[in-house]
Amino acid sequence: MSSVATTRQLAGKGAARAAARKRSRMEGGVRSPGWGTYTLLTLVVVASAVPLYYAFLLSTSTAGEIARNPIPSLIPQGHFFENVTRVLTAGIGFWQALLNSIIVSLATAASVVLFSTLAGYSFAKLRFRGRNWMLAFVIGTMAVPTQLGVIPLFIVMSRLGWTGKLIAVIVPAMVTAFGVFWMTQYLSEALPYELIEAARVDGCSMIRTFWHVALPAARPAAAMLALFTFVGSWTNFFWPFIVLGSSNPTLPVALQLLQASYFKDLALIMAGVVLATLPLLVLFAVAGRHLVSGIMAGAVKG
Amino acid sequence: MMWHHRLSRWDVKSAPYLYIAPFFILFALVGLFPLLYTGWVALNKWSLITGNQGFIGFGNFSYVLDQPRFWDAVVNTFSIFLLSSVPQMIIAIAIASVLDANLRAKTFWRMGVLVPFVVAPVAVSLVFGQLFADQSGVINAILTNIGLDPIGWHSERFWSHIAIASMVNFRWTGYNTLIFLAAMQAIPRDVIEAAVVDGASRWRTFFHVTVPLLRPTIIFVVITSTIGGLQIFDEPRMYDNFGLGGPDREWMTVTMYLYELGWGSQRNLGRSAAAAWLLFLIIVLFAVVNYAITQRISTTEGRPAKTRKVVAR
Repeated sequence: MSSVATTRQLAGKGAARAAARKRSRMEGGVRSPGWGTYTLLTLVVVASAVPLYYAFLLSTSTAGEIARNPIPSLIPQGHFFENVTRVLTAGIGFWQALLNSIIVSLATAASVVLFSTLAGYSFAKLRFRGRNWMLAFVIGTMAVPTQLGVIPLFIVMSRLGWTGKLIAVIVPAMVTAFGVFWMTQYLSEALPYELIEAARVDGCSMIRTFWHVALPAARPAAAMLALFTFVGSWTNFFWPFIVLGSSNPTLPVALQLLQASYFKDLALIMAGVVLATLPLLVLFAVAGRHLVSGIMAGAVKG
Repeated sequence: MMWHHRLSRWDVKSAPYLYIAPFFILFALVGLFPLLYTGWVALNKWSLITGNQGFIGFGNFSYVLDQPRFWDAVVNTFSIFLLSSVPQMIIAIAIASVLDANLRAKTFWRMGVLVPFVVAPVAVSLVFGQLFADQSGVINAILTNIGLDPIGWHSERFWSHIAIASMVNFRWTGYNTLIFLAAMQAIPRDVIEAAVVDGASRWRTFFHVTVPLLRPTIIFVVITSTIGGLQIFDEPRMYDNFGLGGPDREWMTVTMYLYELGWGSQRNLGRSAAAAWLLFLIIVLFAVVNYAITQRISTTEGRPAKTRKVVAR
């Protein structure tokens, strides 16, 4: 189908290039920074790295050494792999927790992207009665502290027999108001009506139009939303802690278990912290730019 | 042909609703319903183990409101919230204004401030719990080395709040910095250039042009951090290995209290639900108050007339 190729050009790269042009016009302050600015920024970045490096230093040490010298030597000691091995065999089910975190984070990210893009496409590009107030309602729900509904949610999950199962963590997080709002904003700018009409004229059904026109056009925003959701799931603690418990933990829940059972062994706990954090730091090194631009784009529109 | 046509019209009419349906269904099931049902659970004697044991009216509410621990938790929650959100906003705006320049390696600096955001609050709390440890912590060791007295980070209420607030600040300052940076870059350059050309100093320009124009963003950040901050759980839960909020509940927050009521020794979901509803009311009230205050502050700081004068003179 020829219109698929056109979509990619017009909506995907073309839109991205237009957005980049717009951005470059906006960016760049009125002043050129001197060395003072860079010194200041270096301090800020160092401050955000110090606690992480501290955790790493402790994870290379031993509990006895940490108790003797509260201020660790800035050079890593040689006990890192030993501590890591102890975390893996500590009886907190580390591998299971890692696998669970990966499953939950991937599943929620995929599901949030799919459902948010569907809804965002509908709000941004389709005409239907009640559209405006429904969108306002979606935005309004972002202000609802839904965490406070844990008690009935827990009651429902135990009736369903879902406590201790990953599905109890995944299902409530399958689509978010933030995601819907975000995709609505993006698609209303990045997807021209002409493309949708062209696909419709070519005989595409509504869902085929979505699949072949809207989804490709939404790709940059979808990537950012996926990343955002992934980070959110990976770091989430309260609900998994309540509904999963210690039998089938995600990584944050496993860290809590590690702390509760080995609280005197700081080298071990910090090795756990490093292991649980490393995957996201790697992801951040690879895709952090998108997270940055996502947060900034969301801020201007929100 | 007729049939096909009709099918396609139905497709056009129903598709928009079908596409937005997942959000509304899920929100109804896991957002709205639980929140309302919390109100019902709160009116019943409801045990974690045996379930509903009958309607008792406002008994759970009066129980919770009678507990000094509940009020301690409310005070702790607000104290931690204020100690984290106020400095965080000021520092975030300050860093954003430094980042808002023709920097080399822009992306590097922006990513640098955002790194803490990908660290789970649980992990942050474990690390900071040790930084602020009473006996073998770095900070007390440094204090002793320079001849000061060590601080009871885990025994004194105020200092435990400082420690927990610093975890929140660590994780969220960079995030909010980027939001403020984006808002600053959306300010038309000619507005600021006009102020500079007219002889306004950098400070004056910043406080009388930039900050007032950030008002919508400030309101947005204040409201979202109110809703999130008053529900704080992860950081104080993990601040020591018992997870009860300290020997005398020095840093127990309302969410920790509702967890303790429901899943702790009492296993009383009814009382827990009452605490949840009370926190809900507190959040709504406080968000409204915050909204009013931020509007006030930003209007008095940058009255439109004043701004215009600076720009026009």
